[in-house]
Amino acid sequence: MAASDLHHAEQRGGDVMLLAAGLFVGVLSAVFTAARTADPLMSAHAMMFLAAFVAGAFALAQYVSTPREAGPYDFGVVRAGVIASVFWGLAGFLVGVIIAAQLAFPNLFYFPDLPWSSFGRLRPLHTSAVVFAFGGNVLIATSFYVVQRTCRARLFGGVAPWFVFWGYNLFIVIAATGYLMGVTQSKEYAEPEWYADLWLTIVWVVYLVVFLGTVLKRKEPHIYVANWFYLAFIVTIAMLHIVNNLAIPVSIVGSKSYSLFAGVQDALTQWWYGHNAVGFFLTAGFLAIMYYFIPKRAERPVYSYRLSIVHFWSLIFIYIWAGPHHLHYTALPEWAQTLGMTFSIMLWMPSWGGMINGLMTLSGAWDKLRTDPVLRMMVVSVAFYGMSTFEGPLMSVRAVNSLSHYTDWTIGHVHSGALGWVGYVSFGALYCLTQWLWNRKRLYSNALVEWHFWISTIGIVLYIAAMWVSGVMQGLMWRAYDQFGFLESSFVETVAAMHPYYVIRMCGGLLFLTGALIMTYNLWRTARGDVREKERAQGGALAPAPAE
Amino acid sequence: MLDRHKFLEKNSLVLTVAILVTVAVGGAVEIAPLFYLESTIEKVEGVRPYSPLELAGRDIYIREGCYTCHSQQIRPLRDEVERYGHYSLAAESMYDHPFQWGSKRTGPDLARVGGKYSDEWQRQHLIDPRSVVPESVMPPYALLDKNRLAYHDIENKLRALRLEGVPYTDEMIENAKSDLEAQVDPFSADYDALLARYPKAQIRNFDGDSSAVSEMDAMIAYLQVLGTMVDFSTYEAEENYR
Repeated sequence: MAASDLHHAEQRGGDVMLLAAGLFVGVLSAVFTAARTADPLMSAHAMMFLAAFVAGAFALAQYVSTPREAGPYDFGVVRAGVIASVFWGLAGFLVGVIIAAQLAFPNLFYFPDLPWSSFGRLRPLHTSAVVFAFGGNVLIATSFYVVQRTCRARLFGGVAPWFVFWGYNLFIVIAATGYLMGVTQSKEYAEPEWYADLWLTIVWVVYLVVFLGTVLKRKEPHIYVANWFYLAFIVTIAMLHIVNNLAIPVSIVGSKSYSLFAGVQDALTQWWYGHNAVGFFLTAGFLAIMYYFIPKRAERPVYSYRLSIVHFWSLIFIYIWAGPHHLHYTALPEWAQTLGMTFSIMLWMPSWGGMINGLMTLSGAWDKLRTDPVLRMMVVSVAFYGMSTFEGPLMSVRAVNSLSHYTDWTIGHVHSGALGWVGYVSFGALYCLTQWLWNRKRLYSNALVEWHFWISTIGIVLYIAAMWVSGVMQGLMWRAYDQFGFLESSFVETVAAMHPYYVIRMCGGLLFLTGALIMTYNLWRTARGDVREKERAQGGALAPAPAE
Repeated sequence: MLDRHKFLEKNSLVLTVAILVTVAVGGAVEIAPLFYLESTIEKVEGVRPYSPLELAGRDIYIREGCYTCHSQQIRPLRDEVERYGHYSLAAESMYDHPFQWGSKRTGPDLARVGGKYSDEWQRQHLIDPRSVVPESVMPPYALLDKNRLAYHDIENKLRALRLEGVPYTDEMIENAKSDLEAQVDPFSADYDALLARYPKAQIRNFDGDSSAVSEMDAMIAYLQVLGTMVDFSTYEAEENYR
């Protein structure tokens, strides 16, 4: 092999040197922390960081001595992202089923001697695993793929994309093990403690540099719409993450910190963050996936360029205001609540603008819904997006919120968005990417995609229907008065009434997990290059069915 | 208009800055005023920083993720006020770093749970929730009763909170350890000094075991202080309408 093919630092800029220096500093700080801390939790995490940095040094040595990837693009890191996404998806869905089982059958699924197994520690594990581990890996992998293809440029930064991938997954491991050990700052979806937050900030800045650097050296004159959404996602998450996680550690070598803000200010900062983790992580990022993968798979251009522009700017401007609807009727001043509600209702329009742009992209290709189950999955995801972005503004109305807040209705709403929209559009992208990145003409089996689709869809319907009923019922029971003017139900009577719905919800989650397992098998066989025996004769995946 | 947008589509750095400006507006308008509008936090008497033992209990409450199922925020709705007590004031959580208002009531609101149940009920309920509430879906926290409370860094905790604006005095920080131990010992020599520093603090052996300070002691001390600091018989709601 020619020497120029090697990843030599002097040939490829300072990326390798910079990373080596970073790893060295990392090893020193981990050793220092492990040596000085009196906190066993911090000590465990320092050892994990240390192990990761040492492994990183070996990986870097390996990287330097291997030839760079052939072809015009870096797809190795995207392939790794696909594998990580599937792994974390299964883990996150499984933990979801476990905590659903705990609420349905508390006598069977709680273990008094295993503190890490209690609902309070597993629920953040579930939410972080699905949102940040599964969703985050999907976003990083797809963004690295899409930005290269639409800019016709290799990823910027040499080894930096690999640092983003491994660094981000190290953050996930630190966060997840932290929850199990009881390390949390208790801000929802921002539970990791200060040192994990600092680490994520470093990784995220490098992510922005890689993404922007690739856009800067593009060979296309225009930046494609999907990249606007990815860029908004990366920039806004950086802003939200930094502000919401401002905290003062109790000790520089201890795991505990206290949030810089208190009470009402902390509450609004948290829900400004929390709602826009939904808005920019789970919406803008996944809209980018919609804007690339649906047109690509349907082989049709995006429906309307003008709508894309209006959709993009109105969505990102309005979303950020919606946070206070999480705090209706609380001690948050009413002017802020009203402002949040107003913008939440306005948000309905850009959301549906995006939905229409996605759905109408199928103009002239609707027949593919019959023949291509992967495309159908993505289209149904956009339909779920439309449904939950209608439900959201409805629930943000103060009068509706007085009933829905604190109940399972919120949980149902979140899951119609998370399972239906984020889940399905991610699954669609994973099916596409596995086929493309492993250079396969078709998936192992379209029939298994059909099974995945239908089993998961039944699971989602069971889940959200159960949560609607239990949520509305619990809200009504809390406020019901009897004929003498007394409250009709004690609190625990409303808990007892939830039981059947908790069981249905658990079954729904189990079906969704089953679907994901089927997908995993299908993707694995596809990557190996297998085609299911029965489907071999049918030819290409996209062949239209014969006319009747 | 669309032609002008082409400029953004061709200049990635300008696009990045435009995005940042666009997304910064909403938060700036909504959050920043909360720090300077004086009406944001009501003027009330009685809200004091948590005593060291209560603070340690609060840290356990956070560690165990209690906020995932319990809110601490009573809304001004008839049924909630009748079920839980006076609606929550912003002032009541002004020393809460971070806030614990919660977002879900799988279990009941805890904003005013202080004084509603005996210490022994709380202990029994935490050890085995279904032994006192058969329909409960709460996890058991029996280990709290066995675990000794780790409070070697309690002064540092008070110091960190003081940096953030909680009015802990030098005296409170110096005496943090002895105050923590004194709160579980009604015969302690520090009894009066503790009460002077933390008015109305409840001083007793919360878990019924005087051999050591347990995590259960801290947890119950925290639960028993929740919602009890403001005397609502003297609170003037009309003066604090916002």
